[in-house]
Amino acid sequence: MIEVKNLTKKFDDKIVLDDINVTFEQGKTNLIIGQSGSGKTVLLKSIVGLFPVDKGEIWYDDRQYNALNFKQKKEIRKEIGMLFQGGALFDSSNVQENVMLPLDMFTDMNLSDKLDRVNFCLARVNLSDVNRLYPSEISGGMKKRVAIARAIALNPKYLFCDEPNSGLDPQTGIVIDNLIKNITEEFNITTIVNTHDMNSVMEIGDKVVFIYEGKKIWEGSNDEILTTDCTELNDFVFATNLAKKLRN
Amino acid sequence: MKFLEHAGQYFILLSKVFARPEKYYLYYRQTIREIEKIGLNSFGIVVIISIFVGAVITIQTNYNMENPLLPRYLVGVTVRDSLLLEFSSTMVALILAGKVGSSIASEIGTMRVSEQIDALEIMGVNSASYLILPKIVAAMFFFPILSLLSMFVGIFGGYLTCLFTDILLPSDFIYGIQYMFYPHYIGYSVTKVFFYAFIIVTMSAYQGYFAKGGALEVGRSSTKAVVYSSIVVLLANLILTKLILS
Repeated sequence: MIEVKNLTKKFDDKIVLDDINVTFEQGKTNLIIGQSGSGKTVLLKSIVGLFPVDKGEIWYDDRQYNALNFKQKKEIRKEIGMLFQGGALFDSSNVQENVMLPLDMFTDMNLSDKLDRVNFCLARVNLSDVNRLYPSEISGGMKKRVAIARAIALNPKYLFCDEPNSGLDPQTGIVIDNLIKNITEEFNITTIVNTHDMNSVMEIGDKVVFIYEGKKIWEGSNDEILTTDCTELNDFVFATNLAKKLRN
Repeated sequence: MKFLEHAGQYFILLSKVFARPEKYYLYYRQTIREIEKIGLNSFGIVVIISIFVGAVITIQTNYNMENPLLPRYLVGVTVRDSLLLEFSSTMVALILAGKVGSSIASEIGTMRVSEQIDALEIMGVNSASYLILPKIVAAMFFFPILSLLSMFVGIFGGYLTCLFTDILLPSDFIYGIQYMFYPHYIGYSVTKVFFYAFIIVTMSAYQGYFAKGGALEVGRSSTKAVVYSSIVVLLANLILTKLILS
């Protein structure tokens, strides 16, 4: 479980996140939604520690992450897997080396065990025979899947995904979404997904948190979204003509 | 103020770079890769430039020494000392600042803007150390070798000029090369290159590591890497020359 209490983040004098309080539950796919520029990515990067927060607390189970020193934070980071928007695979390494890097860094496994683990993770994301390919030689959807394989290589307790299906066609997007949901349930991970894709919300959103202009103004399940009376959320969810027609 | 901010950030980055590596063998593996990227891949440019510069210095020196009172072998002496004292260290370093420095800044800058560095940080990897330390070790190991190569090839270029033209007898040139040779010139040159390697890699890596935005900013950081590291190389040249040769 990850708990965020009174989190505030400023860039210079501009408040980007304003007093956010939210709990992300274990074994569930928690979604953060909101318009572009609403502060979703800043919230996600603040939770993982890429941005220092100005005020508030971030708890990973019973550990206050933002009060830990560098070494203690490093220990928690080994329990974190993250999928970045563009995949963030290392261009100069092939698929196998990308997935193996966390194992190389933080385990004492021998090469054969590491290869087994790499192949297991790649198989888990439905990839095979791609070990020797470089990121430039695979498609966008495959890159995302390799990034997921890398994120789960160390059996993370927490999984973060920043817009996992951006730049993908709807079908591939759903494949990635379902993969994230299945992995979350299978390994009982606390997963937080940043998205503005309503397909993802309806498909995998066990818990949905809506951020509007840096404030959390709604949270609930994906079913409750359709019947909420929160104006800003309704404007976001039913932004397209198709969605408006379906609603009516 | 801006300069002090950058200087402070640069030294903080260096303190991260020289932190204890997580896994030594991974750093060793990276260093071998960097030796190939930074060192071996620079062989060609160093050889080509050195051979031509050696040839041109020979022709120019000969042109300026066409005085019957000056012994002909002095052309060889001048070519040798020019190459050993300045060209094969400082000029080669400036060439490498252009080739290697821009490559390092754009590589690390691209990793920054495409969130690859964030991915390393999230994994708990010391990204500064993992990405930059192997490059520093590779450059400090290999740049002196490139400098030595440049000395030999440059002198060889001068010899070929004598061999294929009639400006100077090759035997005079060879005699000049050997005349009053001070071996410590090589040590002086290699010492300078050792420092230059550190300057070029760390300053270029700094520009890339703190790149923000997109392709345009990465391009800018690459340009800054070449300009700033070249300026600092020239400044270091002045200081080291004063320290070593005084």
